[in-house]
Amino acid sequence: MKTNGILRVVTRFLIPLIMLFALYIQFHGEYSPGGGFQAGVIFAAAWILFALVFGLDEALAVIPAKAQKVLASVGVMLYSFIGVLGVVLGGRFLDFNPLIPGSPQGAQQAGIILVELGVGITVAAVVMIVYTLFADRLRVVADLTREEID
Amino acid sequence: MSILEWMPFSVLLPLLAAPVCALLPGRVLPWLLAMISVTASAVIMAFVLPEAVQAPMRYFFGDWPPPIGIEYRVDAVNGFIGLLIALMGTVILPWGRVSVNREVPQRQGLFYALFLLSFAGLMGITLTGDAFNVFVFLEISSLSTYVLVAQGRSRAAPLSAFRYLVMGTLGATFYLIGIGLIYIMTGTLNMVDLAERLPAVADSGAVQAAFGFIIVGIGLKLALFPLHRWLPGAYANAPSAVTVFLASTATKVAIYVLLRLVFTVFGLEFVRQMPFAEVFFVLGVIGILFASLWAVEQDNAKRLLAYSSVAQVGYMALAISFVSVAGISAGLVHMFNHALMKAALFMCVCTVIYQVGSPSISAFNGLGRKMPLTMLAFVLAGLSLIGVPLTVGFISKWLLIEAAMDQGNWFAVVVVLIGSLLAVLYIGKIAEAAWLKPTPEGHETIREARPALLLPMWLLVAANFYFGIDTRLTADVARRGAEMLLGVSP
Repeated sequence: MKTNGILRVVTRFLIPLIMLFALYIQFHGEYSPGGGFQAGVIFAAAWILFALVFGLDEALAVIPAKAQKVLASVGVMLYSFIGVLGVVLGGRFLDFNPLIPGSPQGAQQAGIILVELGVGITVAAVVMIVYTLFADRLRVVADLTREEID
Repeated sequence: MSILEWMPFSVLLPLLAAPVCALLPGRVLPWLLAMISVTASAVIMAFVLPEAVQAPMRYFFGDWPPPIGIEYRVDAVNGFIGLLIALMGTVILPWGRVSVNREVPQRQGLFYALFLLSFAGLMGITLTGDAFNVFVFLEISSLSTYVLVAQGRSRAAPLSAFRYLVMGTLGATFYLIGIGLIYIMTGTLNMVDLAERLPAVADSGAVQAAFGFIIVGIGLKLALFPLHRWLPGAYANAPSAVTVFLASTATKVAIYVLLRLVFTVFGLEFVRQMPFAEVFFVLGVIGILFASLWAVEQDNAKRLLAYSSVAQVGYMALAISFVSVAGISAGLVHMFNHALMKAALFMCVCTVIYQVGSPSISAFNGLGRKMPLTMLAFVLAGLSLIGVPLTVGFISKWLLIEAAMDQGNWFAVVVVLIGSLLAVLYIGKIAEAAWLKPTPEGHETIREARPALLLPMWLLVAANFYFGIDTRLTADVARRGAEMLLGVSP
């Protein structure tokens, strides 16, 4: 598909828009419909579109498999860090009020955005991992059979 | 920080450690992190239980009071189960390290991360006071368990994991449908809140259907006969450490959820209207007899113990079916005791598999002379399973028979005795091979297992005898728990 001019041009035009839309969903999640999960899936969809048109190797050069795995963990860690921060600052787990003393509304907003960012990162990374695992299957199967022959 | 503020960390620490564990390289660091967080969880629960027995401990997440927010609510029942799970994890992890090194040589960071998730899920189910939160943790623990089962070395492991996945997902879906129905009827998910609002709508078909869905859903999870078909394969093909952990914790937690929802949420009045006791009595009796008979037939030692687990679930179902303080406390005590004896038995069998390389009973021939310590531990734990005095198994069966005689139910007493006789047969089958049969050729080089495998095993065997003599922790706490579940003031 790399050689098809129309696909290349349309994809290049679409990918930034999809990513922007993902970020829009991410950062408006606390008031309007949306949030980390949806944003993460949309963001990963942009990457998958890139992988479909330009090939998995090109896509893995942008976000390597190792980075996907690290990101999947980092998102959860961000979530739990914010949760524990509430305890450290004298509240309960996932208590956002102590994050910005004196402004409960701002604190709730900041807390939920940070937590949802963690969700977004993890979901995007996991969707990419799932895609990579399936797309990479031929290579994995080849590796496995080689091991058996060895 | 007070003990109340530490309490949720018995779930959170393993949950927080899991993503870190997934990134750690090598074999030592992931194990060490898992070990530290599981031990910390056990220590926290050991401090929580004495306080929780006095009065329920409540922790509001995000400082949102229920029913808006999620609360962890720990009382005598779930504090007891939580401590049991955390302790089993602490004993099993050091034992499992040796076998995991052989069975899962690569990517151990991910393996221990999954183990931590499974552990945290089980702890979360136990401590939470929110019916939907139970479902979330149920999925966390189940999904990670499916993957753990699939890590087994035999070719049948992925198939068993897939079967477990299909049945487990069905169970979780049924549970969710049930919770959805009672949410529609009451508008709340908090268990205490549900208990207050359900009696007003108890006559509606939706609530009765919800009760049915929830019972079947949890029945699948706890491998209640005839919903047990996933269990033998999953236990037989999982990696040794996973088998021991699952056998001693997963079905126990499912029984706890059942007790909590049936007696705390739906309440005694409602349960008396439904054919709950009759169904559990019949399924329990059939489960004990048939699963024990199947266990006698097995040639694979791990599968034999797995069928025995199904039979033990039958005892617990029978105990619950009496719907009396004596019955439910017998069920709770047996839950604790069965975790001790089944973990010890599975450890012995898996140690033999580690040393000899085969799970078939013929592999045990003559092992009494080659691996005397392992096989002695097996016989002692087996005596406990049968219910010989001085062991925990005796306490379980004593309380169960007492509860049956309270109700004048002699049939149940006979079934329990027949079940024990069948246990003599299937435990005797392995013990006979080990101590009376000659050593086959080619087995001359087999030696006793290393201390890292023997120590946790003997620790559990010792616990089997300690709690068989000193029943203050088990019987007393279980009685308080049963009184609380049935709403009888102590």
